[in-house]
Amino acid sequence: MCGIVGIYLKSRKFEKSLGGMLSKMLVSMESRGPDSAGFAIYKSDKKKIYKYSICLNDMSFEKFKNEIKKKVKLTNIEKNSDHVILKSIEKPSKILPILEDFSTISLVGYGKSIEIFKQVGSPSNVVKKFNLDNFSGTHAIGHTRMATESAITTDGSHPYSTGEDECLVHNGSLSNHNNLRRKLKKNGSKFSSDNDTEVAAGYISDSLKKRNLKQTLNKGLSDLDGFYTFIAGTHSGFAVLRDEIACKPAVIAETKDYVAISSEFQAMAHLPNVNNAKIFEPEPGIVYSWGK
Amino acid sequence: MILDLKKLKLRSVNEKLQNIDRKKNKRDFVISNPEGNHAVCAGLTENIDVTIKGHVGYYCAGMNQNANIIVDGNVGTGVAENMMSGKVHVKGNASQSAGATAHGGTLIIDGDASSRCGISMKGIDIIVKGSVGHMSAFMAQSGNLVVCGDAGEALGDSLYETDIYVKGKVKSLGADCEEKKMSKKHKTKLKELLKRAGSNIKPEQFKRYGSARKLYNFNIDNVSNY
Repeated sequence: MCGIVGIYLKSRKFEKSLGGMLSKMLVSMESRGPDSAGFAIYKSDKKKIYKYSICLNDMSFEKFKNEIKKKVKLTNIEKNSDHVILKSIEKPSKILPILEDFSTISLVGYGKSIEIFKQVGSPSNVVKKFNLDNFSGTHAIGHTRMATESAITTDGSHPYSTGEDECLVHNGSLSNHNNLRRKLKKNGSKFSSDNDTEVAAGYISDSLKKRNLKQTLNKGLSDLDGFYTFIAGTHSGFAVLRDEIACKPAVIAETKDYVAISSEFQAMAHLPNVNNAKIFEPEPGIVYSWGK
Repeated sequence: MILDLKKLKLRSVNEKLQNIDRKKNKRDFVISNPEGNHAVCAGLTENIDVTIKGHVGYYCAGMNQNANIIVDGNVGTGVAENMMSGKVHVKGNASQSAGATAHGGTLIIDGDASSRCGISMKGIDIIVKGSVGHMSAFMAQSGNLVVCGDAGEALGDSLYETDIYVKGKVKSLGADCEEKKMSKKHKTKLKELLKRAGSNIKPEQFKRYGSARKLYNFNIDNVSNY
């Protein structure tokens, strides 16, 4: 099953309340995905600063802070429950190998605007734990998971981020992910789980080196075999794609201030002015995208 | 009588509508704030009027008998699924599998219906004023599907004896579905169906599709079509 949600703000009116809007959407999708939840929220701070979203797992914050300080020039480090947002002007090419040396932590995403938080547990607990209601931003994507093909762990939770400011949430399952994972690994992609969605995220990141997001997803229609509704996020916006059989649901509501997408309308029922929104179902096999 | 789903539980609203006291004269109900809830007005059996003010979720008016239900909004998957009789009128768009497996009654959709509209329908009349998505009327057994807009891929795949009328373009026909002659009998029937939906489009503007009846019995020459 699984529930997916996303909001893209067309105007600045709701930037401060973005976290609160997404939080209610995630909680109302709990019946579709009670095992784990996660969200990616985009907010551009400073142009030169990279943000690294890290799940500490069993490591204590103090220990991590002390050790990382010795190796990286930090601009800021902030704890949010068992996650840490590390800010630095140093490039990912330098920082990523350093983070890899910490065997117990997991890097869940990085980029100049993205922040990702994900954890096992019910969506209502997860949004409370990370105080999602207090977040602001320009666009955000979330996921509630009903685990099917890999274990209920932080690594098995969505969103998956396999490139700078990129992320993917997925409702469905892929059948050719093992083959595709082998191919992508040959080309240098790295994966941290056995999850099918992570492979799709890796596929998108790999293709984005040569194509834009719309072209990438169009190519995905022939390369990704299985059932899916995807929301793929980048620093400038997000795109939505359903497989050609349209097994997995999605509904979009668009007003002059925002575009919202969710698995079911009830996740959007609380959004401002939603009853006057243009509400439609994305057609199968067609890429819809919004961005600046 | 107004039933506000912000104040009342869905289950209590459905229970109330499912257990109408025939001696009392209350036959008119309005449901406000449906907020995308699932199974609103499922399993009604009495001849009552219910207007739902807003968008609803899955299986709205499922298994309906006798009731006249109007949805002033959009509906999710499986509106009027397995309806036996009565009337369901959706003023917005419908998601997939509208009128699935329904045995009777009338389903009117003012907007578009997405994929698998009328899948395995068994006697219901469905009138869609907009377009329908792919695999509509898949394995449809009897009844009528009227589409005033366009139809998506594989219309009427593995069709039995449902009559399909489409005014616009058909992207492709499914296995064993073919265009049929529109006789006087069919024009009269279509006119009556359109009238039921408050439409005065001329039946002559439609094309009729039905089963070629080649897949009814196993035939080795058709093996690739099964």
